[in-house]
Amino acid sequence: MRKLKEFIVEKLILICGIASIFFVVLIFLFLLKEGLALFKFVKPLEFLFGKSWYPISEPPQLGILPLILGSLLVTLGAAVISIPIGVGCAIYIAEIAPARSKEVLKAGIELLAAIPSVVLGFIGMVTLVPLIKNLFHLPTGLTALSGSVMLAFMAMPTIVSIAEDALYSVPKSYKEGAFALGATHWQTIRRVLLPAASSGILAAVMLGIGRVIGETMAVMMITGNAAVIPQSILAPVRTLTATIAAEMGEAVVGSEHYFALFAIGIVLFIISFAINVTADLCLHKKR
Amino acid sequence: MKRNPYRSQKIAFALLLLATLLIIVPVGLIVVIIVQKGLPAINWQFLSDIPRQGMRAGGIFPAIVGTLYLVFGAILFALPIGLLAAIYLSEYSKENFMSRIIKLAIVNLAGVPSVVYGLFGLALFVVFFKFGASILSGSLTLGIMILPIIITTSREALESVPQSFREVSLSLGASKWQTIRHIVLPNAIPGVLTGTILGLGRAAGETAPILFTVAAFYLPQLPKSIFDQAMALPYHLYVISTQVPNVDEKVRYGTALVLLAMVLFMNLIAIIIRYKFRRKKKW
Repeated sequence: MRKLKEFIVEKLILICGIASIFFVVLIFLFLLKEGLALFKFVKPLEFLFGKSWYPISEPPQLGILPLILGSLLVTLGAAVISIPIGVGCAIYIAEIAPARSKEVLKAGIELLAAIPSVVLGFIGMVTLVPLIKNLFHLPTGLTALSGSVMLAFMAMPTIVSIAEDALYSVPKSYKEGAFALGATHWQTIRRVLLPAASSGILAAVMLGIGRVIGETMAVMMITGNAAVIPQSILAPVRTLTATIAAEMGEAVVGSEHYFALFAIGIVLFIISFAINVTADLCLHKKR
Repeated sequence: MKRNPYRSQKIAFALLLLATLLIIVPVGLIVVIIVQKGLPAINWQFLSDIPRQGMRAGGIFPAIVGTLYLVFGAILFALPIGLLAAIYLSEYSKENFMSRIIKLAIVNLAGVPSVVYGLFGLALFVVFFKFGASILSGSLTLGIMILPIIITTSREALESVPQSFREVSLSLGASKWQTIRHIVLPNAIPGVLTGTILGLGRAAGETAPILFTVAAFYLPQLPKSIFDQAMALPYHLYVISTQVPNVDEKVRYGTALVLLAMVLFMNLIAIIIRYKFRRKKKW
């Protein structure tokens, strides 16, 4: 009897163990199930590179190039802001900060990671958006730039914590060796620690960018939601994620519009899959 | 001419400090602004009344209750699966191709954009299983989303239990499952709890996964069963900041404060448990 119970428990544990694989596959299959139906109406290339997104006109025009460019522009802006600041902060916390303030700084970073994106979006709306509007004398502050700044703050906790881990796991002897040769602390950081931790830092940057591409609520609230090919970083844009979130409520189940939103989901899933697998390979190379 | 290495060190360190301040100061400001402007809105009526006058007055009670239901449902689903998965990874699996794939799947599950979870929940639970937009659909979607957090933290907790504990138990004639059940798990409880609470916090704050699976724009009464729609705090904040014109600033900040306080409170508890556990460790 006890043997039987144990047998059942162990099988249950095995099943739960592979549940993660099951769910990843399930997510992808259901995206495919709903998304691939679109290609009965639209050719894949027209979907990816079509220049106009008018899902409710007759007939609907479902080209997501403006959305892809919107996502790219916002992500690029966020990367430019968050990578130097995030990596700089990681170096400061890992190497320079005294032990006491280190704990405080880490708690601050964790705090930032915990703030819900809709709250950050709200704060962006009431502070950053008017600021950018006045600063650049724009008709509206809901621009790609506002989105980039806010998203940079969402990428930073990821970048800081993973890059700091990477710096921390560089063997002590490397540092001691550099010091013994007469290098200053900064020379050691720049010439020894950073190269040694480079694959981990690269993974940190990639995961941070992955977070940015997938972010939805804040971006929807502050980038202005104009589904046109962006002319500048000071113009309103719409991202892939925001399009799904904003339009799925109105799309009729089974319509071309509905299928197209799922097809955007496939694109997002593939992007995040590629980023995560590559980042994971980087982290494993280190060991 | 050679540059002075000490001067460049000074400049570099100043820049690194600046980068750190550029993150920490805005974080502090965000919290201070929300607390300062949101606090005047908080009173008993705001917390216990339904929204009135097209959500421009009254309270946010149904949204708070809805979020609590969703979070509870998500944990009910994710904790057993996540804990057993962590036990599998820490106690049963060997370092082979299979465990590598499982770990990769967990990383990917953690990286899937939240709005894609929303799509998945819509396609699987709402449409395919015909649960409709309901607390059940929303909870299950959130549950799958927080699974990676629970697995990762629980696994770390299990793996930090010393190998010698297991060896002693096994040498006394206990079976593998008895060892896990009576020796490993009790020692890993604080770590598992930390992960669970972090998962709760994440589930409470997410908006995109519940957009099409459960969230109601406005519901004057509380949900009666798990097949009802519900309001939720993050979605309510989104609605009153973008969809409803002329909402009093105070109501928006008040809602943001309640949501932020809920999420930070859970994180704080997790941090305290982790801290106490570290100090009390017997080994």
